[in-house]
Amino acid sequence: MLGIVHAREDLMPAAETSPLKTYLAYLERGQLAYQWSASAGRAVFYPRLLCPATGSDELEWRVSKGLGTVYSTTVVYPQEGSPYNVALVDCDEGFRLMSRVEGITPEQVRIGMRVQFRAHRPGGEEPPMPVFFPLEA
Amino acid sequence: MQGLKRASAAIVGVAESDLGQVAEGMSVIDLMAQGSKRALDDCGLGLRDVDGLFCATAQSRLSVLAFAEYLGIDPPVLGSTIVGGSSFEYHVAQAMAAIEQGLCNVAVIAYGSTQRTVGRKQASQREINPYETPFRPFLPASAYALAAARHMHAFGTTREQLAAVAVAARDWALLNPAAWEKKPLTIEGVLSARLVSYPFTVRDCCLVTDGGGAIVVTSAERARACKKPPAYVLGCGQSVTHASISSMPDLTVTGAAASGQAAYKMARLSPADVDVLELYDAFTINTILFLEDLGFCKKGEGGAFVSDGRIAPKGSLPVNTNGGGLSYCHPGMYGLFLLIEAVRQLRGECGARQVRDCEVAIAHGNGGVLSSQATVILGAPATL
Repeated sequence: MLGIVHAREDLMPAAETSPLKTYLAYLERGQLAYQWSASAGRAVFYPRLLCPATGSDELEWRVSKGLGTVYSTTVVYPQEGSPYNVALVDCDEGFRLMSRVEGITPEQVRIGMRVQFRAHRPGGEEPPMPVFFPLEA
Repeated sequence: MQGLKRASAAIVGVAESDLGQVAEGMSVIDLMAQGSKRALDDCGLGLRDVDGLFCATAQSRLSVLAFAEYLGIDPPVLGSTIVGGSSFEYHVAQAMAAIEQGLCNVAVIAYGSTQRTVGRKQASQREINPYETPFRPFLPASAYALAAARHMHAFGTTREQLAAVAVAARDWALLNPAAWEKKPLTIEGVLSARLVSYPFTVRDCCLVTDGGGAIVVTSAERARACKKPPAYVLGCGQSVTHASISSMPDLTVTGAAASGQAAYKMARLSPADVDVLELYDAFTINTILFLEDLGFCKKGEGGAFVSDGRIAPKGSLPVNTNGGGLSYCHPGMYGLFLLIEAVRQLRGECGARQVRDCEVAIAHGNGGVLSSQATVILGAPATL
């Protein structure tokens, strides 16, 4: 029994928060956060505990400038309700995320289009989500 | 794959279970068992010979346990690797490794799905991805649609070229009595169908059917004593590039490039040696991507390649000769049916859709949202 008590003193400290909760906290403040892996010299998204390029657990949180380019786009035609856009956006810092482009019709969204981030608050229990608008020239 | 020996094992028995819309109350394990009995009959072996059991399904959490219980056997080798529709191509490599090591000698690989009867929502539990789900992509279609849109942007691929894949599949299906679709389809018919997720209409998307089946894998030595000519496993390769579409490195290049290369190397063959291709066509873009990545045309040229009936009956390269997931059957995870058709083509059992002088076949499985790719190259006895 003594051995077990001793082992408990050696336990690694538990994480205080999760990657998802940290990400959402940034979004609550209107910021699009990603992680930077110094060991790989690249951005990491979605947020996680280990860098997928190097396995390092040293990932630094950074806030994106919120500028990006549409990498691909589709229009979903539900059996009921209006068509809507789903896009993949490459942010200038070098990470990609799923999102949608608002402010224009879903069919008007084009690959290569420059877009700007905004935090969208669906309301109720739903967490905020990152959406994009066409970048005004 | 490195470590596996070319032609050390063979597929000796293949069978579908009931397909399309199965009898009410039929379970996925019922379908696996029905397919297994038929596949064992096909090669002249029995349940008591089975010492390796593999299966995958979205509708049974501990499927291989339920399957072993149902059959009343306790095989020393069990496997239920689940990587979507490509699971069964992985199982072939795993069964082969176990047979080479002497861990088992007769492996059954089975699948069952009742997704049409119970509804897609019942058949596969919805998973929440906090970085994708809020945007309501219609999965899996929207993920493949994003790949298709990118391919169109990068290479000028057209909707008509995508539609040509569906038309070729339908033309093959009309030669297959077991196919779900029975009516001809035209390019215009694909383009004017209901839009699902741009650029796809419902005719760019796989069917939603019930179905299942099984194959029997054994050592090359034992295979020679079975009822029908063996389909030797000449090459295997696999690759996982991502799980969710937002993490796919390049939407125009799949892991089939790596899985194909590994399989060709093991088989000591090249694309020019292949007589028939069974490619996982969950959506029309799949066939184009896999033809490119498996080396049948250059990257970006797949759209032009599939035009003018090249992959249709009477075309120069037979692809998806059973009618594919687009027109034959697609019960959720289609990978097993690729292997079944490839074996039948090598045996010359395919009637009106039989490819002449068929000695080398590729069965290429895809899983998730272009996430997992697994290539199996099979050969008739003349390839040894």
